[in-house]
This record gives sequence, structure tokens and C-alpha cells, in this order.
Amino acid sequence: MNRTLILGGGLSALMVIAALLSFVWTPFDHSAMNIPEKLQTPNGTHWFGTDHFGRDLFSMIMVGARTSIAVACVAVGIGIGLGVPLGLWAAARQGGWVDEVIMRGNDLIFAFPSLVIAILITAIFGAGAINAIIAIGIFNIPVFARVTRGGALPLWAREFILAARVAGKGPARISVEHILPNIANLLIVQATIQFSLGILAEAALSYVGLGAQPPTPSWGRMLADAQTLVSIAPHMALVPGFAIILTVLGLNLLGDGLRDALDPKLRVARV
Amino acid sequence: MLRYTFKRLLSLIISLAIASLVIFAVIEVAPGDPASFMLGINAAEDTLAALRAELGLDQPKWQRYLAWVGGMLQGDFGTSYQYRTPVSEMIADRLWVSLPLALYALALSTLIAFPAGIYAASRRGKAGDVSVMGATQVGVAIPNFWFAMMLVLIFAINLRWFSAGGFAGWDKGFVAAMKSLTLPAIALALPQAAILARVMRSSLLDVLDEDFMRTARAKGLSRGAALRRHGLRNAMIPVLTILGLQLSFLLAGGIIIEQVFYLPGLGRLIFQSISARDLIVVESVTMLLVFAVITVNFLVDLAYAAVDPRLRARA
Repeated sequence: MNRTLILGGGLSALMVIAALLSFVWTPFDHSAMNIPEKLQTPNGTHWFGTDHFGRDLFSMIMVGARTSIAVACVAVGIGIGLGVPLGLWAAARQGGWVDEVIMRGNDLIFAFPSLVIAILITAIFGAGAINAIIAIGIFNIPVFARVTRGGALPLWAREFILAARVAGKGPARISVEHILPNIANLLIVQATIQFSLGILAEAALSYVGLGAQPPTPSWGRMLADAQTLVSIAPHMALVPGFAIILTVLGLNLLGDGLRDALDPKLRVARV
Repeated sequence: MLRYTFKRLLSLIISLAIASLVIFAVIEVAPGDPASFMLGINAAEDTLAALRAELGLDQPKWQRYLAWVGGMLQGDFGTSYQYRTPVSEMIADRLWVSLPLALYALALSTLIAFPAGIYAASRRGKAGDVSVMGATQVGVAIPNFWFAMMLVLIFAINLRWFSAGGFAGWDKGFVAAMKSLTLPAIALALPQAAILARVMRSSLLDVLDEDFMRTARAKGLSRGAALRRHGLRNAMIPVLTILGLQLSFLLAGGIIIEQVFYLPGLGRLIFQSISARDLIVVESVTMLLVFAVITVNFLVDLAYAAVDPRLRARA
């Protein structure tokens, strides 16, 4: 076990536990307003302090973790669900027109400024968690398609694939039974990276008011609330900011640690 | 080289054509009629029809698509529904904020990332490398709009070195204008610098393992001289790709930072136009950004092929 993996896994696990725990327990009701106790700095009763409505920030962070994780999870799911089959298909038809169309389609999606398109989608079809998920998910598709194809191509030249072909298996069956298990490492690592990017994207969309809508708490909107109050209550901006940073950092470290643990020779395109 | 250029040019044109279709289609299926949005819900039906005719909204969709694309090819980006001014003028105004901001951020990010990446690579595996890489991990994890808020808190509210938002305007002088772009540029540059430093380091590490680096050392060059004369040049290709991508990202990616600092750039223009259902502005600005990305990638590809004959052969 390496230290990166432990640190990253620990931070990520902490966020998942906070999110799961929030279903059964939070120190306070996350939406309960308590004006007399507003804008308290972190103390013994309110561990992370309170916001301008006197809501408990610790409880809001816990419940907000649910939103972040759910959005990022489904967005990565969309990327894997559509991107991996496309990548496998392209690799199986390497050099053919299917490959060409899929890869050019990928390039095209990459050319769109993702944040602008996400804002466009959520603004036009309505702000909300579902549209935010779709907007983030679309840009995960080419990432997974490219990683899958890149991982699958060298495998197609290997002898065990040749053996499978001689045994009479078709390209689809080979892709699922032989290629996929061999690139699973690659996909797991890429998934943690996309997961962290999804959390950042969700925070950005919520921050401009296009993500999860009230009363669903989200870290990005907590930051938006904090913006006008940042001079009198900096803790309102610091607390959700650190939650985002630690989660994203944890996931990135987890990805790096997994890459080293699963295969030292593995190289994942990460930008 | 000519054949390669031609092939890449063809794929550039096809990409742009498909991109324009996609943008038009997405925006056309958008709910909300610009005419009724402009006139309010109590508008009479014949007033609405008149305005739709004036805006050209009553024509068939394919005709409007062709008019839009044809216009753009001649530099005419249409007329804003909301302000009745040519979109090209609005874009030009905003570019004077967004482009300097993007270049400023890119310059800052390069200034931070190059030394950091080179230093880390030259200290591979040692404490210096580990701490630079740790710092970039944190840099990548920081949302730039949160970082922007912190910069405002520290440098605008507490220290009062900069204003908290707004753009001074170029007519107030170069220094004043650049000063109002400084905090936004730093906020944009930080995550970019973290990414760039990582790319610089890993690209340099790949080169350092090459045989020609050993030869350079063997012929008597010092470590530093070998790194500068042979290492850096060969490591620049992946770095330039990322730089190209980052410039186009920064043009569009300022969208949220522009919101934080109330800067009148392209990002805010898109935002305001979306909420006012000024679709022609949204369409044209998005297309312009996509055009910038695709064209920058095209130029970067061509530059490589010019430098590296192996890439030409593969195409």
C-alpha cells in the first residue's frame, strides 16, 4: 500500500461516509433556520459555524456531499455507459469508417467549451440537478471512449486475442470477454479523475445558480450565498471551499494511488 | 506537407460545419420564444407576429440556418434581438476584455508553471519534486471561482490593493485596465499553472531518459546546459499542445470568473444573452468559441507537422 492511496482513499471515504451518514443523522436539521444564532464562527455547538439564516454549516456540508457525489456519480456513469462501448467498437474496427466517425465525433465534443455548453444546457432546459448531470455527463463520453480505444488497440495485436478469434469468437464477444477485463484498471483510474472533475463542475454550475435548486443543499450554492458576506463571515466561504478542495484532492490522490497500485507501467491521459 | 495540410483543412471545415449544425439545433429546440420574451406575456398576437417577422423568426428553420452561417462567413454575426445592435460589434467590445484576460492568465500560468515543472523534473524523486507535485495536486483541486473570492477577500477587502470587481476600461490607461484584470487573471491562472507544471515535468522526464541526453552529457555539457539545449526543446511539443488548449479554454473558461468580478467579457455576454433569450448572440458567441478551439488545434497540428516529419508520414 502506498501513502498516496491511503491518503486519497481516506479523504474520499470520509466524504462518502458524511454523505451516507447524513441520511440518518446530522447534528442539526440542515434546513432549520435559527436567526438568533446566525453568522456564528465555528464553536463547540456549531462545529463549522452557522450561515446568515443561522443554519448549521456542518449539517449542510454533510447533506451537500450527497448532491455532489450523486451528480458526479451519474455523470461518470453516463460517460462509462456510452463511452466505453463506443471505444470498444472503434478499437474493434480500427482504421475503418466506424472508427473514423467515432473518433472525429470525439474530437468535435472536445472542441466545445464544456462549461459554456453546460451553462447553455442548464439555462435553456432549466436549472437543476438532472440537467447538470446530463451537461457534465456528455463531456465524459469522449474521455472514456478515447481511453478505452487507446487501451484496447494494443490488445488487439496480442496473441491471446488471436487465439480467441481462432476459437471462433466474434469481435463483440472478444471485446467484452477479453478486452474489457484487461483495460478495467485504466477505466477505474480514469473514473476517479472524471469523478473529481464532475464535483468541480457541479460546484461551478451550482455557484452560478444552474445546478441543484433550493432546498437541496449544494456546496456550490453555499459559496454563492457566502460571496456577498465574505467580508463579515469568511468562514461561510472557507468551509464549503475546503470541503470541495479536500474531496477533489482526495479523489485525485486516490486515482494516482490506484494507478500505481494496479499497474506501475500504466499511463493514463490526465490533463 | 501540402497533402497533409489539405487533409487537415478538410477535416477542419467538416468539424466547423457539424459544430454549427449542433449549436443551431440545440438552441432551436430551446423552449421560450424570443419575441414573446421581449414583449412580455401580455403582448397582442399581431404585435408578436410582427416582431417575429422583423427578427426573421417566421422563416423555415433551414433558411434561418443558412442565413446565419452565410452571414458569419462574411463577418456578419446577425443582429441582437435585445439591443438591436450587430452581434459582431458586441463581440468585438467584449473581446477587448476577454482576450487580454486570457492572455494575461496564460502568461502568468506559464511564468509559474515552467520554472516549477523544470525544477521538479530536475529534482526527480527528491523533496523538491515531491513538494512541487503536492502543490500542483492542491492547485488542480481548487475551484477557480472560490480562489477568486479568497483573492477578493485578501487583496481587495482587507489590503485594498485592488478593486473587488468591475473593469476600469482601456480609456483609463493601460495600467489601470491591467490592474482591474490582475485578480481575475491570477484566479484563472492558478489551476492552469498546476496542470501545465505537471505536463512540463512529465514531458521533460520522458526526454531526460532519451539516449541523446546521455550523449549530450557525454560530450561534456553540464546538466543544466544539456537540459536547456536538448531537453527543453524536445519536451516542448506536449507542452505547446496544452498551451494551445489552455488559451482557448481561458477564452471560454473565464465565464464564471467574469461573473465573480463583474467583468464585461464574452462569458458575461453569453450569460446575459441566455437569460434574455437573445439566442442569436448565444449562437454566434458559442460558435466563435468553438471556432477558436478548432482553429487553434489545427494550427498546433500544422506547427508540429512542420517541425516533426514523422507526424506528416503518419497522417
